[in-house]
Amino acid sequence: MEVRFRVHRFDPEVDVTPRYQVYTVDVEGDMTVLDALHQIKWYQDGTVTFRRSCRSAICGSCGMLINGRNRLACNTRVGDLNSPEVSVSPLPGFPVLRDLVVDWDPFFAKDAAMMPYLINDTPAPQKERRQSPEEYEQIDNATLCIMCGCCSSACPIVWSNGEYYGPAALTRLYRFVFDTRDTATQERLALAGSEEGAWRCHTIFNCTTDCPKGVLNTQNIQALKRKVMLKNLGFGGTRIAFELPPPKPKPLSDATAAAHGDYGAGHHRH
Amino acid sequence: MITHDVIIVGSGLAGMRCAVEIRRKAPQADIAIVSKIYPTRSHSGAAQGGIAAPLGNVRYDENQMPVPDSEENPQDNWQIHMYDTVKGADFIGDQDAIEILCREAAPTIYELEHMGVPFSRLPDGRIAQRPFGGHANPRACYAADRTGHALLHTLYGELVRYDIKVYPESYMLGLVVEDNICRGITVMDIRTGQIETIQAKATMFGTGGYGRAFKITSNAFSSTGDGITAAYRVGLPLEDMEFVQFHPTGLFSHGILLSEGARGEGGYLLNGLGERFMTRYAPGRMELAPRDVVSRAIYAEIEAGRGAGPNADYVLLDLRHLGKKKLDERLPQITELARDYLGIDPVTEPVPIQPTAHYSMGGIPTDADGRVVTTIDGQDTVIVGFFAAGECACASVHGANRLGTNSLLEATVFGRRTGQTIANFLLGEARDGRGLAPMPAYALKQAEDEVAELLSRRGSENHADIRKELQATMFGNAGVFRQPDKLTQQLGIINDLRERFQRISLDDRGRKYNTELVDVLELSHLLEFSECIVAGALAREESRGAHARRDFPKRDDAKWMKHTLAFRGADGRPQLTYKPVRYGPEGPRFQPEERKY
Repeated sequence: MEVRFRVHRFDPEVDVTPRYQVYTVDVEGDMTVLDALHQIKWYQDGTVTFRRSCRSAICGSCGMLINGRNRLACNTRVGDLNSPEVSVSPLPGFPVLRDLVVDWDPFFAKDAAMMPYLINDTPAPQKERRQSPEEYEQIDNATLCIMCGCCSSACPIVWSNGEYYGPAALTRLYRFVFDTRDTATQERLALAGSEEGAWRCHTIFNCTTDCPKGVLNTQNIQALKRKVMLKNLGFGGTRIAFELPPPKPKPLSDATAAAHGDYGAGHHRH
Repeated sequence: MITHDVIIVGSGLAGMRCAVEIRRKAPQADIAIVSKIYPTRSHSGAAQGGIAAPLGNVRYDENQMPVPDSEENPQDNWQIHMYDTVKGADFIGDQDAIEILCREAAPTIYELEHMGVPFSRLPDGRIAQRPFGGHANPRACYAADRTGHALLHTLYGELVRYDIKVYPESYMLGLVVEDNICRGITVMDIRTGQIETIQAKATMFGTGGYGRAFKITSNAFSSTGDGITAAYRVGLPLEDMEFVQFHPTGLFSHGILLSEGARGEGGYLLNGLGERFMTRYAPGRMELAPRDVVSRAIYAEIEAGRGAGPNADYVLLDLRHLGKKKLDERLPQITELARDYLGIDPVTEPVPIQPTAHYSMGGIPTDADGRVVTTIDGQDTVIVGFFAAGECACASVHGANRLGTNSLLEATVFGRRTGQTIANFLLGEARDGRGLAPMPAYALKQAEDEVAELLSRRGSENHADIRKELQATMFGNAGVFRQPDKLTQQLGIINDLRERFQRISLDDRGRKYNTELVDVLELSHLLEFSECIVAGALAREESRGAHARRDFPKRDDAKWMKHTLAFRGADGRPQLTYKPVRYGPEGPRFQPEERKY
């Protein structure tokens, strides 16, 4: 099956504005978009530039805009796109360095601002700090994040306000706020409740729909909002007993419906 | 020229753990990490099933099912772990280093937990553990089936905490060693194409393995053995390169890893006739025999015509009996991989698998403290200021075959120990002795010339064709089973490919973000170290661990209880010598015995 790939091209050494170039690839079997990009790069045009590493959906290198949605090129089968033409562009909202390659520095800077490390001011025990399976469950889904940027790049608030931390960084914040081993909850909630924090989220859900790992970003941000608000209302201990456990990751195809359903239920109970 | 006290190449578990340790022990040290990708993209993150430690949180009950152990009298200890590792390594591992690995395993896991690694838990809140191949007790600590990812992101957080400088997307072009003193590296900023030298008192390699030499591999595109070849090119030996581990359960035709944790949780293997064929090969441990044993068993079934599928060229991993709940909880990633890549749902269908090139037991020889050593006239000599840990290094804790979950452990234990060694080096020898050794003027020019020459080539050969042919023939001729005629043939093929490599041409002649150039540089590494794998395998006339010779099916301790060293000869070809297995001052703790499972 011949498929036309419409690939975003931009060479900073030559081009003033980006352009699109069309390549035709003979797609067979389970070929992924990454396989197709390699076919192009290796046998048609060595100048086509993109990132990839693990090709098993865990390193987060190959996030890009494929037929209108942010996805990982490595786990997107061309056949599943069901389209005679596939358009491939860099992640929206990120500065483009070349072709499909974007600048990650601002994204990682936001992550670093979240203090992405466990803080515990009590002395470490000889063995592990205990954490029940239920407590682990609170952060399980958030730790799925591979930092591929698909969520933040899909968020209209990030597009309009470059200072907003965005879903990836806020999910990282959630991961530590809700980790029972972390004691820096107040500092972290200050970040969550700050000008560029969780309140900027308008629950558009793009981040949840486009997450290739099933991370429930929107729900995580709402959980941060609840926690910030309860703290501001004076229920502000570091532990809040009635948090809802996050549901299990859902397959990509029905992530939207699931996220809406689960969020709706959670909202109702409060 | 850039200068730092320490330059670490590679930002996987070993490199990051090393950096953190230096910061803790020598807080004034100026540390930087060079990585050809971003730290969170490192291949350590692809590790799935677990990290070994004899915590004794879980034991087997009378039906050999894992259950939580009592907190008093844990059944497991480091001596049992050490015996398993020595035996798994087919007795050629260096026992001094293996002892360290196993003694330090439990404290290492507790330390990682204190750093915040989100380990899966037992009902009482302790770290959960599960069975893994070749381990006598359930000692794989895990975070579902994304343990490497959990560790990598936690350690990345530590880099942020300690504000350690990273040069992301910078490609290390060469290592600079003169008079057995390491001076630093040359590096190209991929983003700009700018080439620089980085001078350092201490240079540390955590550059990962070399699985990309093979067609079917679980390794990332970035696992091209760059550090290993860089050391080889400056005259240092490579140790035991012929020992390449094939993981039994790679996703058929893709090679993508399906964790051994799947078998640890009770998954089993079926041939085309629906038989649980491991009864024939390892009746004692079945699917939880070590990886070399299981990989050979799969090949034997396929060769006997008992494979599954239209061409009878794979076998099946059956997980159906585990049920959806357990798969979602313990093995969500591999469930997703099977669905995404083969369209197969492990809840209802068995998954086609085949052995996949997975782990590189060989590499840059080091002592048990991470110092790189060369062998001159039969004597081990330390290369001053050069250190290595993780998969690129060969302290030989894995010998001829690594047990699953010991690699994440090795990367963190030896990453930390190497950091400690470097901190001591900076506070002692390097401060009092010599400070920064001079960087020779030729280093920068050599690196610039290499890149300019590659960019100027105007031949007719396509580098992708060369890579593809190398990987296919390495998999066919130097794979799970080896025989002399095919290995000899492979040496000829590599020779031809290296000649063809001289006639390649690049489409991309720009400097900024030239990933084609990076591909070609990596290919030159693959071509170079592959020769060491094949030459070592041809010379080693025995079968030991992952190295299985059809013409010498038995282990031969009298002749081959020794490590291979490959030096780069004057003609650019590997010259082999050997060195003895290390045991530590008290001699071997465990004597060789027949390896039965």
